[in-house]
Amino acid sequence: MSPAFVTGIVVFVLAGFVGFEVISKVPPTLHTPLMSGANAISGITIVGALTAAGLSEGTTATVLAFLAVTTATINVVGGFLVTDRMLEMFKKKPERRNV
Amino acid sequence: MSEIELLYLLAAVLFVVGLKQLSTPRTARRGNAMAAAGMLLAMVVTLVDQDIISWATVIAGLVAGGAIGAVLAMRVQMTAMPQLVAAFNGFGGAASTLVGLYEVMNTDAEFATETGVTVVLALAIGTVTFSGSFVAYAKLQGLISGRPFSFPGAKALNAVLAAGVLGLGIWGVAADAVPAYWLVVAVAFALGLLAVTAIGGADMPVVISLLNSLSGVAAAMAGFVIQNSALIIGGALVGAAGFILTMLMSEAMNRSLANVLFSGFGTEGAGPVSTGDKPVKSATPDDVAIALAYAEHVMVVPGYGMAVAQAQHAVRDLCTALESRGVEVSYAIHPVAGRMPGHMNVLLAEADVPYDQLLDLDQSNPRMPQTDVALVIGANDVVNPSARDDASSPIYGMPILEVDKARTVVVVKRSLSPGFAGIDNPLFYLENTMMFFADGKVAMEQALSALANV
Repeated sequence: MSPAFVTGIVVFVLAGFVGFEVISKVPPTLHTPLMSGANAISGITIVGALTAAGLSEGTTATVLAFLAVTTATINVVGGFLVTDRMLEMFKKKPERRNV
Repeated sequence: MSEIELLYLLAAVLFVVGLKQLSTPRTARRGNAMAAAGMLLAMVVTLVDQDIISWATVIAGLVAGGAIGAVLAMRVQMTAMPQLVAAFNGFGGAASTLVGLYEVMNTDAEFATETGVTVVLALAIGTVTFSGSFVAYAKLQGLISGRPFSFPGAKALNAVLAAGVLGLGIWGVAADAVPAYWLVVAVAFALGLLAVTAIGGADMPVVISLLNSLSGVAAAMAGFVIQNSALIIGGALVGAAGFILTMLMSEAMNRSLANVLFSGFGTEGAGPVSTGDKPVKSATPDDVAIALAYAEHVMVVPGYGMAVAQAQHAVRDLCTALESRGVEVSYAIHPVAGRMPGHMNVLLAEADVPYDQLLDLDQSNPRMPQTDVALVIGANDVVNPSARDDASSPIYGMPILEVDKARTVVVVKRSLSPGFAGIDNPLFYLENTMMFFADGKVAMEQALSALANV
């Protein structure tokens, strides 16, 4: 195995643990926005898609790269926007009026 | 490795901090914006760093994807959120598969062994995520039946398909065979279709969380293929987040992940349940309004039926009227109420219910004995006392909201039909239960107008 690949595995495992630590205490109220926000982050594949699209030559490769950029962008743009739309609605109770 | 790597690392740090902030309501919106900024940074770095030769492809993809994503995100109804999240998961999976396929075509599959393995994983996981997510979408959108679909030998066929992916992957890696990689995609596609088709609608919270996790893992695998740490870190974070939710959802049903995925839960008992001729107390809107008006504490227990009836605003209107009369209202949310984690919370937030009025399982059950009226709207299995009392029940052991401990229970339901699990609910026949037979939204409106005369 190449050293770069081994480094990749190390990064993958440690990042997984970071993910567990960071997310394990999310309150149920935020489960949906967390999921859709995380989903948008998984659109990071767009980095690979952009590289592919920028370098693509030949019909098959170009079509694959174009579709990769399109699907990844749907994921990224849609995911972050819809998460923001949801979070905008979450409000705390206004200070109680005199009861 | 070059300095450019540090910029990708910065993007990854923004993801981590963003996710951290997403876990507190106060900072969640900022956290999402931060993660989005990390994404933008990663994209810009990529475009600057690579010697892009075909800008047309890049720009066409960004414009097309951006437009589609923005329209979907801005136009979706909150009740349709589970299927949208499922669809976005699917697009993410597809993107990882496409990146993998591009690498296969670009290199004629001449990978080092370890890279070849990650290509196969990116293709297989990405594709299962894609086809599985779109079956989940079709079920949630009502394009196909939400009932689990299975046939004799389905499990064996799944096993054969999984073995096929493995075999084809080995062939591809060992022989640098381009066709083998394409076949991995084809077989994984069938596997995702079949696996999710066999899972019923009420188990969707688990399925969506799992697909979410897989979309992250697929991205991480694509990161190994193109040797980019931002993909590996981002993908691993999402993989972990989705996995935590998956486990939480399985626990909330007291079932193992394997049981949810492979048992075809809900296929039995699809026929009518004999309810005997046990008497139920049917309530009029006036009965319900009186019970609510003279209560001190009201606990609203929403379920998927509230989403189907689009009743969240009507619920809120009724509760506002009650609060103005001095009734204290809170909401008890079961973790698997609805079709995705947090589904009810999103709907109630849309209806302007403050999130600090929403209680989870552990917060709400101790309050049930002091609750005067538990108002159950479109929830069934999550309030079924059999899960607690009847060891022979298929849902025995599942944690429930113990509404039967409230002084009065009002169940809003269109008929006595059983819930998803296909089992009868003894709650309906209890001495302190009133059945309010109506569509959720209509019921709330009727109760509200009746309340004016109390």
